[in-house]
Amino acid sequence: MATIARPLPGAMPRPSFGRTIWGIMTTVDHKKIGLMYLTTSLFFFLVGGVEALAIRTQLARPDQHLYSAETYNALFTMHGTTMIFLVVMPMGVAFFNFIVPLQIGARDVAFPRLNALSYWLYLFGAILINTGWFVGAAPDDGWFGYANLTTLAYSPGHNQDFWFAGLQILGVASLIGALNFAVTILNLRAPGMRLMRMPVFVWMTLVTSALLILALPVITVALIELMFDRQFATNFFNVNKGGDPVLWQHLFWLFGHPEVYIMILPAMGIVSEILPTFSRKPLFGYPVVVFSGVAIGFMSWGVWAHHMFTTGLGATANSAFAVSTMLIAVPTGVKIFNWVFTVWGGDVRLKTPFYFAIGFVAMFIIGGLSGVTHALVPSDAEQHQTYYIVAHFHYVLFGGAIFGLFGGIYYWFPKMTGRMLSEKIGLTHFWLMLIGFNMTFGPFHMLGLDGMPRRIYTYPTDRGWGFWNMVSTIGAFTIALSILIFLINVVVSLRKQPDAGEDPWDARTLEWTIPSPPPEYNFAKIPVVQARDPLWHQKLLRRYMAPRAETIGEQKVEEEPGHIHMPSPSYYPLITALGLPIMMYGIIYQSDNKGLWGVVGAGVIVLLLGAFGWATEPT
Amino acid sequence: MNEAAVATHVEQTATGYDNRKLFMWIFLASECMFFGSLIATYLLYRGRSIDPPYPGNGFTYNIPYTSVSSFVLLMSSLTMVLALSAIQRGDQRALRVWLLATAFLGCTFIGGQAFEFTSFVQKGVTLKQNLFGTTFFVLTGFHGAHVTVGVLMLLSLFALSMRGKLPQSSSLNVELVGLYWHFVDVVWIVIFTLIYLVKV
Repeated sequence: MATIARPLPGAMPRPSFGRTIWGIMTTVDHKKIGLMYLTTSLFFFLVGGVEALAIRTQLARPDQHLYSAETYNALFTMHGTTMIFLVVMPMGVAFFNFIVPLQIGARDVAFPRLNALSYWLYLFGAILINTGWFVGAAPDDGWFGYANLTTLAYSPGHNQDFWFAGLQILGVASLIGALNFAVTILNLRAPGMRLMRMPVFVWMTLVTSALLILALPVITVALIELMFDRQFATNFFNVNKGGDPVLWQHLFWLFGHPEVYIMILPAMGIVSEILPTFSRKPLFGYPVVVFSGVAIGFMSWGVWAHHMFTTGLGATANSAFAVSTMLIAVPTGVKIFNWVFTVWGGDVRLKTPFYFAIGFVAMFIIGGLSGVTHALVPSDAEQHQTYYIVAHFHYVLFGGAIFGLFGGIYYWFPKMTGRMLSEKIGLTHFWLMLIGFNMTFGPFHMLGLDGMPRRIYTYPTDRGWGFWNMVSTIGAFTIALSILIFLINVVVSLRKQPDAGEDPWDARTLEWTIPSPPPEYNFAKIPVVQARDPLWHQKLLRRYMAPRAETIGEQKVEEEPGHIHMPSPSYYPLITALGLPIMMYGIIYQSDNKGLWGVVGAGVIVLLLGAFGWATEPT
Repeated sequence: MNEAAVATHVEQTATGYDNRKLFMWIFLASECMFFGSLIATYLLYRGRSIDPPYPGNGFTYNIPYTSVSSFVLLMSSLTMVLALSAIQRGDQRALRVWLLATAFLGCTFIGGQAFEFTSFVQKGVTLKQNLFGTTFFVLTGFHGAHVTVGVLMLLSLFALSMRGKLPQSSSLNVELVGLYWHFVDVVWIVIFTLIYLVKV
């Protein structure tokens, strides 16, 4: 157990490159790990963005052949896989890491070393799944990997091997992270932080974790079945032996639909933090927002077959899933009204995070409405496999999740770095992104209703799709420009902007009661929470009960010693995490050379060495 | 909370449950979905094999044999409980005996499974042969892998106890392995019933 003197020691070791790298490799600090998640996911956001630009360039005009159709398949597959598993999910996790312990008044997560393990597994899974690009076998069967397209008979290369192996590791990473956050939120709350006093972001993290914990094993099993079919010639999806490809669809979407809410709920949580702060009003109907989030979590398990309306499940199944899909719009709609009423009549301050939050609400409404049109089975049969679907999920995932996550970056950047992001550049970023986003994905509605199918490499001139495709491509480059401006904002603001101070936004929650960036131990004294929005509560008490103010909200739980115990750094998470990708590379290539089972064995040994070192390490 | 009273350095948690115990319970919920998906696959493909042999067409289970190995696994839950009770009383000798007994019963079950797999293969049921082979081996194989992991954890506990590093105050370690072990047993009851006892 490392011990930190409460006042930071005067003589700090000089930072050096080697020490910084070693620090990153061994850190178990939730804030550093959060920043590592954030930077890694932003890097993959650029990778996925470049893939998107390549797709849009190819589709800009009819009859183009800029690169091969096979490359195009790999591009849209990796764009989807990257944006979902390497960007939106981990960026949500970045905020879970940095913000949740601060918002519940904890010094770290429940299992700091497991937290580091999650990050390393995420990084290695991301590297593994992208290895395909470098060996000429990038996954190319779509992010949903429908069997039996993905079985050996129809995908003989290693492309889909990288896909299942990478996703399997990413799944383990997410599962460990979700378990960690569920326990953290339930167990590490500061005194007085009752469940119904938790910030909505913490609530949404809890719901998201529950979804991950229950949904990930389902895709794990699906991927195991695919792996066995490909590597060991089993028959799960082999039609000749009686296998049923529809099983893949069920397993995949039974994971895949909760996954949709896994991606959107963190953004909803962020927006529920931003809107009250900048409207200077408590969140309208807090319990209803919380219960709506929980209801969405429950209902997300009963809607998966709306992805399969054209599979031929029969009228009864389709009707049931159509009804449940329409019902899930209710809690979502309730939340939207709550956000609107939060802003209504508030003392609104138009800062960049607020713009992004409003952008989220507006774009998500459009995506939600087009989503309801898919709930109607006949309407969906018309829209299925067209760009209308692509329009819908980009409105909820880009217009929704990404806008929300960027709002979170602008909101919490001062807490993370101690500097404000520039408002001027931030607003330029927002408006360019909003315009670019609508230019890119708005036309997809028209193209889709006009019959343009998804995943086509090119299209003939006489279809008349050229104009909207060109508009969309220009929009995509506008988004790219806005992201460039965001990156400039980060660089410029880190150098030029003044210190943010503890509480630059006059905010409501506990993370704003401590210095920015927070010290390693977060809270010198563990706070005692007396109300929802504890910091506002404290400020009001200060204002109206001025003389006695200092005693309020600063009661100590117990007399703490002069030193705070923090978990020691450890390199075992990194070693343990290395075992899995080694095993997976062995499994991928053992079909070429049975000697590579040795590599699998080596991976198991690394994993076990890491685990035993971990278990016996003094903490 | 018995063990919280014993353990000296357990910090107060908001729910009153130890972090690791809560973690294990939630993890087991996740495991339910894992085995649930594998079992669902097995049930979906039941009786849909095309090539023999499969139950009802050239293949019969050796139910008495598997019943015995199932009984062995169930008894290991009893010895696991006795191991936990031993460490909570501070009886290191009994703890070691019951940990070893549990691991031994687990190994017996795994050995029985290995023998059963071999006899299935000799009867022509392989991973590749038909849906029955595919689903049977993958479902029971993953269960067997879980038992193996459990045996490894039991032996680690035994080694810790021998080196004097498993004092009465860390009875939670035994309890956690116990939770996992009982879960694996319960799953086997479900699997055994569905595969061997329920008629097609």
